[in-house]
Amino acid sequence: MSLTVISSGLFTTVQDLGRSGWRDIGVAAGGAMDTFALRTANLLVGNPEHAAGVELTLNGGELLAETDLLAAICGAYMAPQAAGAELPMWRPVWLARGTRLSLGHAAIGCAPVLGSRSTDVRAAIGGLAGRPLAAGDTLPCGAAGGAAAPSAWAAAWAAALAARARAEGRLPWAAASWFAPPFAYGGANSGGIVLRAMPGPGFGQLTAAAREMLFREPFRAAPASDRMGCRLSGPMLEMTARAELLSHGVTPGAVQLPPAGQPIVLAADCQTTGGYPVIAHVAAVDLPLLAQVKPGDYIRFQQVSLAEAQRLDLERESALRLLAAAIRIRNP
Amino acid sequence: MKLNLTALPAKLEINPFGDRAIVLSYSGETGPGSWHAMAMAASGIRRAKKDWIVDIVPAYETVTIVYNPVRVLRAWQEDHRAGGDFHNRAAGRGSDVYKPRMPFEAAVSLVEAILKSALQGDPDNGQNTIEVPVYYGDEFGPDLEACAARSGMNAADFSAMHASGEYTVALIGFMPGFPYMAGLKGELAQPRREDPRARVPAGSVGIAGLQTGIYPLDSPGGWQIIGRTPLRLFQPDRPKPALFRAGDRVRFIAVNEAEFRKRQEEEGRECR
Repeated sequence: MSLTVISSGLFTTVQDLGRSGWRDIGVAAGGAMDTFALRTANLLVGNPEHAAGVELTLNGGELLAETDLLAAICGAYMAPQAAGAELPMWRPVWLARGTRLSLGHAAIGCAPVLGSRSTDVRAAIGGLAGRPLAAGDTLPCGAAGGAAAPSAWAAAWAAALAARARAEGRLPWAAASWFAPPFAYGGANSGGIVLRAMPGPGFGQLTAAAREMLFREPFRAAPASDRMGCRLSGPMLEMTARAELLSHGVTPGAVQLPPAGQPIVLAADCQTTGGYPVIAHVAAVDLPLLAQVKPGDYIRFQQVSLAEAQRLDLERESALRLLAAAIRIRNP
Repeated sequence: MKLNLTALPAKLEINPFGDRAIVLSYSGETGPGSWHAMAMAASGIRRAKKDWIVDIVPAYETVTIVYNPVRVLRAWQEDHRAGGDFHNRAAGRGSDVYKPRMPFEAAVSLVEAILKSALQGDPDNGQNTIEVPVYYGDEFGPDLEACAARSGMNAADFSAMHASGEYTVALIGFMPGFPYMAGLKGELAQPRREDPRARVPAGSVGIAGLQTGIYPLDSPGGWQIIGRTPLRLFQPDRPKPALFRAGDRVRFIAVNEAEFRKRQEEEGRECR
């Protein structure tokens, strides 16, 4: 089973849930920016949740199914197309060999590095030779690439959907009629994308005005935003005293404040340590929202307590467990 | 300055860092001695091999512990079910008074317990001293002459003084395997380059402020480069991917070109 990259899109990489456990030697944990989308997509094709998929940014390019494939596309809406028709997201889709599609998720096989197939372009490890995908790349899928072979559940659905496609005889693909509840990414309204966040260790050093502005004013995602972090432009945030900080461990979601007064929200490929004050931290439950912030989008921070953030995090995990069970017991 | 590790927990603050990590910070007087102790504390926590710990990052006087919120609650519940109401008894609390309702509380409680047992015994247990061969100056140390002049000495004396130092790795960060080392003599301190280089070759030994460090990979960089080591600092396919860990002691050994090349061959890398 395999996929070939016809055109690579803006920035396309192989990602799984990352390589945790190596931050103490300076290796970023990395992994999918939108873990909810990856985990759901994997559940929808009967993969283990941590299986590698293809992460697309803004413009996804084109992939060619070299063999019949069961795929799922999850994340922000990207108008996926195959054979001239729009492909539904958030559900399993069977694709006939030779179908060209705009996006896709299949368990991607490539040699794991430090326990993960995620691509870290700075360290040049993981994924396909540690770099973004380019036209002409072939991605082995499933057992061919050393990844998980399709489960019995996936094989049953692939067969049922293939039969439906042939029976209808119109398109070289067929989608299940059921779907996983799509994530509510929001953002289109005037307030912008709302990211729930807790005050960070450096919050107390902000001026009173800055503390208020942080949790009230909209900030705009700057063009220089990527998998390492989302640079924001907005009101200048000032600190009452700026001491030279020694570097300390940082994690995705941390909101750093460099001397210029414009915050940076760290993301999946952020460095393991940083020396800027951390004025807030985005709740883990909203990291998939952060993942979908595009340059030019407005975001707003909404203050929540640690207790509330952890309650939401645990609720999200429960929801994924229920989703996994519901998908598993659904047979063609 | 040797720190008594068993006294360490008394001077530790534990605070949340976001909703999936906690940070231990040393609240006493910090310096290379306390940084080494914190790195040893991190090693002790790592040795406990808990499934709810995702990452442990020692850095100067802090240790950040990233945890799995579902697993940490489960671990705390299992601890208590096994009749180990140790945490509450040890803290002088009645058994039902303190029940963590959130992952953060469970993480703090479990880390406190690990620290108490992890830090018994010889504080130097698990400490590593690494010798780093360095060719100082010439094309491998393009900034050596300027650094020496800035410190009011000649290049030979500058490199001899650098090599005579006793260093401790305070943290690994910025890029995989990059060691930030404390212990540089004050006279050798240097400002960062005003004009960072687009490419610093892997193995370059540098100085920035009072820190000395080594670039594990080719990288842009603003440190003053005084020499190069043939050692390979980051090899992801090795069982121990990084040469250095926080807490390691380091000594630099000046070598000549012949020794450099020989060591380089041993490290299995082509000459540049």
